[in-house]
Amino acid sequence: MAEPSPDTPLAETPLAGLHARLGGKMVPFAGYSMPVQYKLGILKEHQHTRAAAGLFDVSHMGQASLSGPGAPEFLETLCPGDIAGLGIGRMRYTVLLNGDGGIIDDLMVLRQADNAFHLVVNAACKAQDFAHIEAHLPAGLTFTSRPERALIALQGPKAAETLATLAPGVERLDFMQGAHASIDGVDTLVTRSGYTGEDGYELSCANGEVETLAERLLAFDAVEPIGLGARDSLRLEAGLCLYGHDIDTTTSPIEAGLTWIIPKARRTADAGYPGATRIAREIADGPSRRRVGIRPEGRAIAREGAAILSPEGERIGAVTSGGFGPSAEGPVAMGYVPPAHAKVGTPLLLAVRGKQHPAAVVKMPFVPHRFYRGQ
Amino acid sequence: MADERYTEDHEWVRVEGAIAVCGISNYAQEQLGDVVFVELPEVGRVVAANDEIAVVESVKAASDIYAPISGEVVAVNDAVEGDPELVNRDATGEGWLFKIKVDDASEAEKLMDESSYEDYVTGLDE
Repeated sequence: MAEPSPDTPLAETPLAGLHARLGGKMVPFAGYSMPVQYKLGILKEHQHTRAAAGLFDVSHMGQASLSGPGAPEFLETLCPGDIAGLGIGRMRYTVLLNGDGGIIDDLMVLRQADNAFHLVVNAACKAQDFAHIEAHLPAGLTFTSRPERALIALQGPKAAETLATLAPGVERLDFMQGAHASIDGVDTLVTRSGYTGEDGYELSCANGEVETLAERLLAFDAVEPIGLGARDSLRLEAGLCLYGHDIDTTTSPIEAGLTWIIPKARRTADAGYPGATRIAREIADGPSRRRVGIRPEGRAIAREGAAILSPEGERIGAVTSGGFGPSAEGPVAMGYVPPAHAKVGTPLLLAVRGKQHPAAVVKMPFVPHRFYRGQ
Repeated sequence: MADERYTEDHEWVRVEGAIAVCGISNYAQEQLGDVVFVELPEVGRVVAANDEIAVVESVKAASDIYAPISGEVVAVNDAVEGDPELVNRDATGEGWLFKIKVDDASEAEKLMDESSYEDYVTGLDE
């Protein structure tokens, strides 16, 4: 997606003051000044989130409301997901597709009422996403960007017990379920969701109240502030795609291993969303490449852009995300390879600084998901 | 035992007779954050000052390390390969990276001494 020019002043989230007080190391990200880490550092922030609970500022992400008669059917003209079948209070991960079946963005869709939805999209894509939705919006539907709302995430095995002390009942939400709750007097849209592979919540509230809410959560011993650095290593270990890296307008959901987000009934060329022809063809014939998890044998880290080679040394793809996985205790990567090389266990080589390092295709996630699946 | 000398690229070198012990500065390890991988040169390699010689990777990024002085690599610190965080814990001590048998020990004198280097990094942070 279009990166803002370096001359554009960076936007700040409503938590800019808190980041400064917490010693956040600020970096430009998607046009915003965001904390890449706090005092603990990326490694310990990552480990803390897996062991207790981490608080993330994700207010840079785009929130929006869609309402009006036929809102679910309208979303199904843009996304391949099952939106009409989504229960009220339930959330779904889906994608916006272009006419070639390429991914414009990935997003979360929460059904708040029969004909009302709350959407969360990526920061770097929000202007284009919203323009895309508005350009296709039928008469009678209302689409509203919600820049007056902030978003924070509380993630980790202690997220539920921590949040429940402030808002009893949130511990009973299912994974990918949302509800309004008053947290210490702050009206909050709570969803049990996240981007770390851990149990946890995303909390949407008014910009003016988010600092109060964040500080209330940070007052718990179990909760530490976590920056974008650990957010990236956590989601990489969880095998989750980062838009603009692992998925973009050239990759289809089938290539990206996201076939599961498309219900069986919508896998036909006449399913009525952009690119349905390509989706149906790739499901029938197989895509020309697939996103796979890759585990290097040694300690060398293959980062984004590193060439993936066959054991014979032929270039067959590239790493789209790669780094050190603190919980995986070694380097992990994902990237695209032809189907003949995509089977779990297939040996590969990764080119890092001119040297070829042995690696293998592995099943993702690299670290097991621990989403809440009920008692 | 002589004091450390520093390069503008944040390597340090301590010349002990004919041998120069080399590593990255405490400032460099703080900037890099948690070190998770170190790629060291082969013993026997002959390098000129400023040659790329090693790589130190943190969770964040890979950083090239340049030879602070010319000579032949005569030892590498195996301990940091097994425990890369040694670089964070003791950058100018147990976290040393490699030793070079120097061609000309006076090369080190052209580098910054500790107080000049402190002024240099203070300037970088402003």
